[in-house]
Amino acid sequence: MNAHDKDDQQARLKKLLHQTLPPVGAGAGPERDLWPAMLRRLDIESASPAANGRAWDWAWFDGALAVGLAALAAFFPAAIPLALYYL
Amino acid sequence: MRNEASDVLDQFRQGNMDAFETLFHQHQRAVYGWILRIVRNPAAAEELTIESFWRIHRARGRFEPAMGFEGWARRIATHAALDWLRTSRIENELSTEMLAELAAPLAADPGVTAEIRLKTAQAFGRLAPKLRVAATLAVVEELPQKDVASALGISVAAVKLRVFRALRLLRKDLERQGIRP
Repeated sequence: MNAHDKDDQQARLKKLLHQTLPPVGAGAGPERDLWPAMLRRLDIESASPAANGRAWDWAWFDGALAVGLAALAAFFPAAIPLALYYL
Repeated sequence: MRNEASDVLDQFRQGNMDAFETLFHQHQRAVYGWILRIVRNPAAAEELTIESFWRIHRARGRFEPAMGFEGWARRIATHAALDWLRTSRIENELSTEMLAELAAPLAADPGVTAEIRLKTAQAFGRLAPKLRVAATLAVVEELPQKDVASALGISVAAVKLRVFRALRLLRKDLERQGIRP
């Protein structure tokens, strides 16, 4: 296949693509004002722990569980694979 | 003399919500339209417009005035749309309206059947999102390559390469299905 054939094939492919996916164009706009939805999103995000600089919100039992797991690993190393299996 | 627009941008950078609302209302249509060109799904475009403005609000401290708000917003919107394409499935992207359009006979070229167009749309949907976005904007929407490059944050040469790869992979996929474009 020479360069001319390749250009031809490329042009046919572009035409097929145009016929399959007609351009949307620049004029499209949303059907409604999206600002109320934006405000809801801002409210949700500002209420989340991550937005307040707390990526992790530890409860006392999270700490107790972590200490328990660390103790288990220290005193019974053979239990580590079992613990990993159940995690 | 400082104009009103640059005052709004300054206030936005400082976290002023009124300034953000002004920018939102000024640019929501353009951002939505840009996203719709990429994802071709009105419901997803609305959702992604909100997501883009959320990212814009979060990144306000990093806003580069030299790029202009529109260019900066467009780049953020392009990346939000790319993330959506990466996580969504091909079937989701072919909306009911799009399938109905594909099924309708093509007056301009009756040789291109609905089946060929459906297979082309599906093959296009199988391309890697970053190739698909470049081809959608540069080939389908016929936007200048420098605009596509700016929106994607890559060079014009990289856009050309992505479009070339997208068309080559599309052609190979169609040929495997017995369609010779």
